[in-house]
Amino acid sequence: MSIFKKLTRGNSEESLEKKRQKMDAAVEVENLVVQYVTSSETVEAVNGISFSLAKKHTLGLVGETGAGKTTAMLALMNMVPDPPGVVKSGTVKVNGLDMRQLTPAELQNVRGSEIAMIFQDPMTSLNPVMSVGEQIAESIILHRHLSEKEALEEAKKMLAMVGIDPNRVGEYPHQFSGGMRQRVGIAIALACNPTVLIADEPTSALDVTIQAQILRMMKDLKEKNDTSLIMITHDLGVVAELCDEVAVMYAGRIVEYGTLEEVFNQTKHPYTEGLFNSLPNINSRQQKLQPIPGLMPDPANLPKGCAFADRCAYATDACRSGDVHIQHFSDTHYAACSAYLDPAFHIQRGY
Amino acid sequence: MLKYVLKRILMIIPVVIAVSLIVFFIMDFVPTDAAVTALGDGASDEQLEEYREAHGLNDPLLVRYVRYMAGVLRRDLGTSYANNMPVWDLFFKKFPTTLMLAASSVLVTVILSLPLGIIAAVKENTLVDTAASTLSFVGLAMPNFWLGLLLIILFSVKLGWLPSTGAASWKSFILPAFTCGTGNMAALTRTTRSAMLDVLKQDYLRTARSKGVSERRIIMKHALKNAQIPIVTMIGIQVSTLIGGAVLTERVFALPGVGSFLVDSILKSDFEVVTGFIIMLAIFVSVVLLIVDIVYAFLDPRIKAQYSKS
Amino acid sequence: MAKKQSSAAAASVKQNRALEVWKQFRRNKGAMVGLVILILLILIAIFADVIWDYEQDIIATNSKARLISPCAEHPFGTDNFGRDMLARIGYGTRYSLIIGFSSVVIGLLVGVPVGAASGYIGGKFDTILMRFVDTFTIIPSLLMTIILVSIMGTSMINLIIALSISAIPVFTRITRASVMVTRNNDYIESARAIGAPTTTILLKHVLPNCFSPILVQATLRVGTAIISAAGLSYIGLGVPLPTPEWGALLSASKSFLTRAQHMCLFPGLAIMITVMVINLVGDGLRDALDPKLKR
Repeated sequence: MSIFKKLTRGNSEESLEKKRQKMDAAVEVENLVVQYVTSSETVEAVNGISFSLAKKHTLGLVGETGAGKTTAMLALMNMVPDPPGVVKSGTVKVNGLDMRQLTPAELQNVRGSEIAMIFQDPMTSLNPVMSVGEQIAESIILHRHLSEKEALEEAKKMLAMVGIDPNRVGEYPHQFSGGMRQRVGIAIALACNPTVLIADEPTSALDVTIQAQILRMMKDLKEKNDTSLIMITHDLGVVAELCDEVAVMYAGRIVEYGTLEEVFNQTKHPYTEGLFNSLPNINSRQQKLQPIPGLMPDPANLPKGCAFADRCAYATDACRSGDVHIQHFSDTHYAACSAYLDPAFHIQRGY
Repeated sequence: MLKYVLKRILMIIPVVIAVSLIVFFIMDFVPTDAAVTALGDGASDEQLEEYREAHGLNDPLLVRYVRYMAGVLRRDLGTSYANNMPVWDLFFKKFPTTLMLAASSVLVTVILSLPLGIIAAVKENTLVDTAASTLSFVGLAMPNFWLGLLLIILFSVKLGWLPSTGAASWKSFILPAFTCGTGNMAALTRTTRSAMLDVLKQDYLRTARSKGVSERRIIMKHALKNAQIPIVTMIGIQVSTLIGGAVLTERVFALPGVGSFLVDSILKSDFEVVTGFIIMLAIFVSVVLLIVDIVYAFLDPRIKAQYSKS
Repeated sequence: MAKKQSSAAAASVKQNRALEVWKQFRRNKGAMVGLVILILLILIAIFADVIWDYEQDIIATNSKARLISPCAEHPFGTDNFGRDMLARIGYGTRYSLIIGFSSVVIGLLVGVPVGAASGYIGGKFDTILMRFVDTFTIIPSLLMTIILVSIMGTSMINLIIALSISAIPVFTRITRASVMVTRNNDYIESARAIGAPTTTILLKHVLPNCFSPILVQATLRVGTAIISAAGLSYIGLGVPLPTPEWGALLSASKSFLTRAQHMCLFPGLAIMITVMVINLVGDGLRDALDPKLKR
């Protein structure tokens, strides 16, 4: 049985190499569309996003809850829960592998070893009846083909790396605090040294003091291991600290994309502007926060044209019909905003 | 951990005392007079009174209870007047058959219900799921003794494959095991399904998937390990219903077990046997519940930790 | 005047809720089928004396028509005394339904107040009472029913009493559990704050909110009671022959398993279908009363 298992695994590793194409970037996503289809409604979670992530770079994926960030990233690992999730179209390439064309066995080989994910809520994302050591070792046994004993030794090293006493390898998740559990989550994700790491709001469920620690640690580990990182967050501070590029998502679309410097200092999209305006400003405490008025439209019932139009101070009738115009400002910087069809248009920020 | 197990074993004592007290109290309402039963209708009032006095039948309930329980410790449950045999010996003569029936029934239930419940949950809202739900719905509404009769008609009368009565070989226990387990099978399938459905929604399975764990291992290891607590609870609860079901099943298949003998004794007004048997069965159920409790602690590290602290 | 108005408003709220539940219930096809069949069975039970003559159709023997297999004249065949099985099973509906429903009602009448008091008062009273109830549940309920019947003697009334006694712990537990949940709600606190007497709080505020789980459990228990009753009759501790109680009919069929299988088949089917439709209604009620509980 175990020989057979090893054989099939070996085969899928071989076939993986055959399917691998040459690719410069670590991740390439093209025109990805994901929907959740139930008998009563169709939720358009991701509506044609494209981006690429260079090796060793960090991309910040910013947006409100429900913007489709997590769904897009699950699609990256070909892990959208089905049913009800359906990847309608698009290609997703990780390390030259077209994730949508892989067999289940091949996918299992890629997940955890080449691409791994850290989840949002450390309280629910660890298995309560398996020791943390077992949970880290599981990935090591699967991908590095070590014996159980060797894998547990490796798991201890991983624990030490994320700053947990290796002697706690046999303890269970409930014996750890939230921050500690998230460290375990990071250890699990990094156990096989993946080239691409997705972190889904890894600090939003943690105390502010712990957040900084975890972020610093992730940054260090990422640099040490040459990992490419996609950081999902709605915290612009986190983005400023960690990211090379930024993609701002709204209602399943990327509305602005650029380098950190471009998006932060030469903001182009009205929604991105709104995000910045809703941050408190430490220099002028008298100034009131300016929240973006209204709510994100129901993704089961998206309006025609630009989904942000109803909340946008600059919106015209043109915004509410037809396709949204993509305006390029540099090779790396673009915004999806029809207002830029008027050459004289500019937003207030930066002026 | 050992301390917890010991503590839990000690806790069974008050339970046994309470259960036996209730049984003893209820049985005190029996309209038949033990003295009349022993001496016959012809005995004079003085003789009866003498008998009562000699056997302590006039003592208060509690005194009689303490005396009875002291007897239990000395393996003395009184004497069956119908068989003129010690009740203790009778019980242990009949008990292996009942234990065999209960064990085989639990076995059949677990072997059939667990996979069915798991498959139904994994393939929620498919044909398999609907079939499992329908099957357990029918099973819950089916009187088990009737199923026993139907099984006899099919496998003994029509096909002639299996014996319909007695406890001659393991074959004799096949039909009774299924009969006794019908309701339990239905209930356990439902419990397994809903426990698995609960677990299958959990975030930690997504984490496992993201590590590259195969679907099979996710279900059999990650999910099942979490779903086993409600499943074990259900199996524990079922032992109690099983003993009730065994009474009927033994009647249907003429199995010479505790339940069958109990009913005979009731019909013969042999209440010494009834009291003794029911107290012993209640002790048996308490012991099973104790085992389930201890098993819990080994299954769930959270419970284990809770106990090793105290 | 104001009080009258508010109570009228409350009544209309209650009515709306009932209407809402009924609407939900009606959407559930299985539950509706169950309800229709159940009503039909209840009608048969009520009018059994009109449909059949007890002395002539149910009890009278006919040695010429013994053990006839199902045919046009006797759709369910005849028994070993030449009595029409259809008539006997049809008449038996009466016993099963009466036993099932009345034992549950008696169980409710005792179990609900005890459970409510235990859950509401709490403290030592609750602990001791619950220990007692727990101990009771260790004795298998069918065994409990058997000893109770053996003490009281076999008759239908005693069977009902025995069944209701074994149902009491179930209702006590469930009532206590839901009372404990509701009693900590803010509106109970405020009722207490304005000095409403305990009984008023219990009857007007707490119990109505525990209604759903109790009703659902009660419905499902009717099925269990019917099966238990049939089981007791089968072993000769329930309703004695020649009364055409379904369990008793099955008991009679045992000697004819090789020759007249219809004697075994139809009474069992009757029990199964009755319990099934009651469970359908119970499941439907649960889904309609509390959509969260829907499986």
